Amino acid sequence: MRNYIIKRVILFFPVVLGVVTLVFLIIHLVPGDPVELMLGENAIDSDKEKLRRDLGLDQPIAEQYLRFITNTFRGDLGRSIHTQKPVLLLIIERFPATIVLTICAIFVSLILSIPLGILAAYKQYSLFDKASMFISLMGISIPNFWLGPLLIILFSIKLGWLPVSGRGGIGHIILPSITLGTSLSAILARMTRSSMIDSLKEEYVITARAKGLSENAVIIKHALSNAAIPVITILGLQSGALLSGAIITETIFSWPGIGRLTIQAINTRDYPLLQGCVLIISLSYVVVNLITDILYVYFDPRIKYE
Amino acid sequence: MSNFKFHDPLSWVPRNSKLFFIGGLIIVSILLASLFAPIIAPYDPTDQNLYEGLDPPDYKHLFGRDKLGRDILSRVLYGSRISLFVGIIVVSVSSIIGIIVGSLSGYRGGRVDEIIMRFCDILLAFPGILLAIAIMSVLGPNLTNVIVALCITAWVSYARLIRGQILSLREREFILAVDALGGSSYRIILKHLLPNILSPLIVEATFGIAGAIIAESGLSFLGLGVQPPHPSWGSMLNEGRQFLLIAPHLTIFPGIAIMITVLGFNFIGDGIRDLMDVKR
Repeated sequence: MRNYIIKRVILFFPVVLGVVTLVFLIIHLVPGDPVELMLGENAIDSDKEKLRRDLGLDQPIAEQYLRFITNTFRGDLGRSIHTQKPVLLLIIERFPATIVLTICAIFVSLILSIPLGILAAYKQYSLFDKASMFISLMGISIPNFWLGPLLIILFSIKLGWLPVSGRGGIGHIILPSITLGTSLSAILARMTRSSMIDSLKEEYVITARAKGLSENAVIIKHALSNAAIPVITILGLQSGALLSGAIITETIFSWPGIGRLTIQAINTRDYPLLQGCVLIISLSYVVVNLITDILYVYFDPRIKYE
Repeated sequence: MSNFKFHDPLSWVPRNSKLFFIGGLIIVSILLASLFAPIIAPYDPTDQNLYEGLDPPDYKHLFGRDKLGRDILSRVLYGSRISLFVGIIVVSVSSIIGIIVGSLSGYRGGRVDEIIMRFCDILLAFPGILLAIAIMSVLGPNLTNVIVALCITAWVSYARLIRGQILSLREREFILAVDALGGSSYRIILKHLLPNILSPLIVEATFGIAGAIIAESGLSFLGLGVQPPHPSWGSMLNEGRQFLLIAPHLTIFPGIAIMITVLGFNFIGDGIRDLMDVKR
């Protein structure tokens, strides 16, 4: 187990370096002059030159790359073109909102998916099983950029129960969490069902039943605790993926997180801010995946690194 | 009540083929609708009528009109062309790249494999459509760039799938036998390895089309994909977002179209997986 974790952590660093390199390339792949794109065609030459100097774009590319890497690892992601504030500061201001949204989405998906998956497995091939798996397939197929507006139409406009957008009390987070968590809950429900079906056939479940334990104890204590490992893995991997789903969800609900900041950066052609957002979202994803992998071997020590 | 029996209209379809059958029916209908859109569509999808903009559905315009008075049904029908085109092209191109890179990586092994897999790890470090969003923000929004951005992000999963399958097949006796008989690497990969990994590849590709359709619509929804006046389902949803209060029909119908299409491909994917008993 220790060897696996060491190898996994060693592999983490080249991936991080690769991510930083790709993010560095964003500004250099822009067709034409990135400075002119950021400031507009009518900007005066002195402003263009100043920005070019500030961003280090007047230096040779190798030097720019080295500077970008060193600055990134020092936590200096540059300044936003439009607000002139440090990019890292803007991201730190917005990131907690995204974390809150992601955690609430995970919570929503867990309370929806786990009972559904357990019951579907317990009543395998029943009408309930078929209906719940059909609903979960629908959940995977509904894009969040449609589900969000639908929820707004129903719960905010027609029924007037919940606010349309913004961040405030608990009411503000319900619709964004459902929008972001639906797809995850569908994936988890399917995973819980298939893991539980396998688990319910195992000898330890038959033994538990033979011992005369109640059906609830058999399902929760014996079957579910063993079926949880693949479910936790999928949860870990998909939790990171929620960060990209947050870009769309935050845009729909004007949720002031890093996803919305990314889209604002794109709309205002604020490339340093865009680079910072893409970098932080990806690094968070890589870190969450690393933690998931490590937890996975912790829960199931049979896993070896190949 | 206890004697009530649910009548299954698909009782004649073999049990493990039902999903495939339903999915196939959905997708064939959508393919036909997109193919014959010029005949089926009641109006030209770009015809404007500003006086009747945002009109709700009625018997003349079954899905209503958008802000420029364009017929939404016609736009949804034409929009299917963009979605299916993007889905099929992205999966075709990225699976071909994935097959080439994955075969090279899995069959050659060693340093080549190590370099390719680390590069894949880097691309996979960008969650969901984030990389596509970043690429689109650089390249600029249009259909070709959407396809390029989605191919750049999509080939990795095919490459990893093919590599994994080849690694497990490489040491099997029938491959070692061809190798011992002097079969070239090219022949071994093309004639012996690839036919044996077709099933998981088909399953992955079917889910891939659904994923590409959602990704294209998502990019267009964010204003980074297909641009107006071309009727993309995602950009129609983006337009509809501004009129949720007064004209929800702008949002409802393109969304239903996306969901049914994606559901159809997911059904087919699940169905093929059940039929071929492929573990994904």
